[in-house]
Amino acid sequence: MKVLTANRLTDGEAIWYSDVNGWQETLQGAALAADKAGEERLDSIGKAAFATNFALDVDVIDVQLVDEKIVPLRLRERIRAAGPTNRTDHGKQARAA
Amino acid sequence: MYRYDEFDHDFVRARVSEFTDQVDRRLAGEITEDQFRPLRLMNGVYLQLHAYMLRIAIPYGTLNSRQLRMLAHIARTYDKGYGHFTTRQNLQFHWPALSDVPAILKDLASVEMHCIQTSGNCIRNVTADHFAGAAADEFADPRPYAEILRQWSSLHPEFSYLPRKFKIAVTGANRDRAAIQTHDIGLHLKKNERGELGFSVYVGGGLGRTPMVAKKIRDFLPEQDLLSYTTAILRVYNLYGRRDNKYKARIKILVHETGAEEFARQVEAEWADLKNTELTLPRSDIEAIQAYFAPPELPARPEGDETIKLARLDSRDFSEWLDQNVITHRHPDYAALTISLKGIGETPGDVSDGQMDAIADLAERYAFDEIRVSHEQNLILPHVARADLRAIYDRLVEIGLATANSNLITDIISCPGLDYCALANARSISVAQDISRRFASLERQRDIGELKLKISGCINACGHHHVGHIGILGVEKKGAELYQVTLGGSGDENTSVGEIIGRGFGPGEITDAIETIVETYLVVRRDESEKFLDTYRRVGQAPFKEALYGSEAKAA
Ligand code: SF4
Repeated sequence: MKVLTANRLTDGEAIWYSDVNGWQETLQGAALAADKAGEERLDSIGKAAFATNFALDVDVIDVQLVDEKIVPLRLRERIRAAGPTNRTDHGKQARAA
Repeated sequence: MYRYDEFDHDFVRARVSEFTDQVDRRLAGEITEDQFRPLRLMNGVYLQLHAYMLRIAIPYGTLNSRQLRMLAHIARTYDKGYGHFTTRQNLQFHWPALSDVPAILKDLASVEMHCIQTSGNCIRNVTADHFAGAAADEFADPRPYAEILRQWSSLHPEFSYLPRKFKIAVTGANRDRAAIQTHDIGLHLKKNERGELGFSVYVGGGLGRTPMVAKKIRDFLPEQDLLSYTTAILRVYNLYGRRDNKYKARIKILVHETGAEEFARQVEAEWADLKNTELTLPRSDIEAIQAYFAPPELPARPEGDETIKLARLDSRDFSEWLDQNVITHRHPDYAALTISLKGIGETPGDVSDGQMDAIADLAERYAFDEIRVSHEQNLILPHVARADLRAIYDRLVEIGLATANSNLITDIISCPGLDYCALANARSISVAQDISRRFASLERQRDIGELKLKISGCINACGHHHVGHIGILGVEKKGAELYQVTLGGSGDENTSVGEIIGRGFGPGEITDAIETIVETYLVVRRDESEKFLDTYRRVGQAPFKEALYGSEAKAA
């Protein structure tokens, strides 16, 4: 499964694409693509966000569902979604509580 | 220290307004990322995992209190209340918004700082010995020459688009604390038999994917020829350095493939046309720059010995800190001290806004307004009266920066790694934190003695792992972090590249592996006076391999 992610132009904030909220600052709730067509759809949304100067470093990344939560396969993406592991008071994880 | 003249001020202000306009146009969508990216990189703005990162140049690691306070102000106002000192003697902010960068640059310009040439294929911030001007073993202060190189290389039209980035380091002492042999050009300032100043010139050192120790191509270059000779080196590199392959583009590859002797010959040939031209430095120009770096007047403070004697009796912690973090100054009443940014379990090189302010206060009050950044990610107060050491120590205790671990195993260099860096393969800070906690006991650290442990989160080697006595390189294997260990590296006057000891270790194993290596050293060392590096150089890999991999090692 895949989700679409990027960093926002104005502040570099890591963002994910959701069908409900558009680009959002959290991974959970991001639009999932389960097949080639879904992936292509995310890919074109990402390209549009880059072309309109909203987002950069656009990427479609691998995830899996664990207990209904979206978990990226790569540690890099898990850290992007949570924040730095040395400073749990920073990044998304700091807002979760 | 160097003060901007009107030209410098105008130059930096013009750059700030130029970049402000570029940011405005980018945010308005008038320029694309492909157009903007090289512009932002020229101004030190990177994009990392969570946010932008801004890298601020600290020329040869020298700061005054006003500048440090400004960095604290920026951390507080635009970032998350801290900064990260790097192995290039620079400071990075990990969370600035692009829209705030113009304001940050304006603030920096007001204290004579900027982010120019902290990225890109140009001549980067020139680094120098962090004890420059203070160390007892110094021939001459290397910073005036670093400053001359900085001025010459700033927006140098011929050298703004080199095949790859270019790093120069200068030292003026016998002990090389600036790791000059791991730089593109390393300059060792010294005196010849006639008492004249000049440089041994090393070329083609570097870490990264292909670590190389620099080769000496000239034993003595008179100081007045510094710029003409450096220009000659850069010209040969600019002409023949590879532009077709990023991984082979550094000067180290050119020197290696050409051969040091032939490379030196090419440089000499180029130099023949440049020598005795307008690039020759008149003595008066050198003196004018040297005047900026004139050592502070150090009044006699002979009461230091007595004060320290009493303070040692009073506090064992102070005494240990003194033994570990304070070094001999050229003036007997004074000392140079290291403020360790390596608290046990902390992030190496990180310092909060409040701590920056407090250090600025200390520098102003006790240290002639000078602060240095070391490439080992610590801060230095280069000139303090021995009589004031106790007062400084007490204040450092209050702000949580009195860790007595300079040059010990917990004084770890670590790059930001996968917690921040977009290029990383594995975390490095978390490994540093684990190892630091494991070796928290100062008694144990001191028993182990000098041990330089360096960690990088990818092969780019920002954490200098190749020249760590113990080096750790994070790689990604099958989606998981794996740590490769090298032993026997060194970044001093006897530079060597560490050797890979064997298969790597997972994140849950690496600290145990380091402990095994250290315990093995303690068993095989001749006695307490034989340092880790010397023991390794004497006994080689075998006992460490055996301890780490046992029967597996024998089978291999
Ligand atoms: S060594 Fe690699 S991971 Fe570490 S800061 Fe440099 S590029 Fe990033």
